[in-house]
Amino acid sequence: MYLLTCKDFLSELNEYLDESADPELRAQLEQHVNDCPNCWVVVDTTKRTLQIFKNLEPQDIPERVHRRLTEALQRKIAAGPPSAASR
Amino acid sequence: MSSTNRTDVFDEAPLLERARAGDARAFTELVNRYERRIFRLAKHITQNEEDAEDVLQETFLKAYSHLGEFQGQSKFYTWIVRIAVNESLMKLRKRKSDRMVSLDETIDTGEEMVVREIAVWDGNPEQRYSQEELRQILEKAVDSLRPPFRTVFLLRDVEELSTEETAALLDLSVPAVKSRLLRARLQLREKLTRLFKRKGDDVFAYL
Repeated sequence: MYLLTCKDFLSELNEYLDESADPELRAQLEQHVNDCPNCWVVVDTTKRTLQIFKNLEPQDIPERVHRRLTEALQRKIAAGPPSAASR
Repeated sequence: MSSTNRTDVFDEAPLLERARAGDARAFTELVNRYERRIFRLAKHITQNEEDAEDVLQETFLKAYSHLGEFQGQSKFYTWIVRIAVNESLMKLRKRKSDRMVSLDETIDTGEEMVVREIAVWDGNPEQRYSQEELRQILEKAVDSLRPPFRTVFLLRDVEELSTEETAALLDLSVPAVKSRLLRARLQLREKLTRLFKRKGDDVFAYL
């Protein structure tokens, strides 16, 4: 089996993280990450980076912004129903 | 305001049905669910609070007007993200000036993917930092990415659009989305590792 270099591994990192590699490539990537402590750390810290972003709750929007949006919507709604309702 | 912000934990079909039939309260509920995420996305893309306010408003007004065109093949949230991204990009184009870097700027694809920081993280940052501290760290990290990387990262990894959806929305090829996403992920990993690494664990950089 062709042995991947670290550079090869990194260029396929998305496929590895997103589990989108075909089985043969997947096996090569697995083998590399098991044998290479540096790439293992890169994988681990990248996974944690993505996770921490996914877990982040968006902040409440400022009350003024929420009110402005609500008022604009109320005006729009008062002007008529969405297109589906009139079909 | 809604406490739930994930798109996949509830079945919103009945709510959408009511909104489509002209039930204003149902539509308002959808707005309350997603306004925070749309505002955050618009702020990151436009890098301007006022523009983000306009984008937020335009997005939901357009969504209401065009609700009949939403066929339900994609999630409602994905549909409004598309509107919000288009509105944000329009803002950018209108305001295009020397200080703004275009989203379509040419990316030097020959640029190496450099990985300098190789160190394990010190425990779990989500336990070590407050939500507010963490939010500031993460938002600063995202905003420091160059616009073409930032937008692809936000759509793929934060809003969870597919590679194909992201490519179509940004008028990019699938390989371009993949390559930008890889750079963005590696750059963010690098930035966060600098802050979160266990001291004394540095390994020599490779590549």
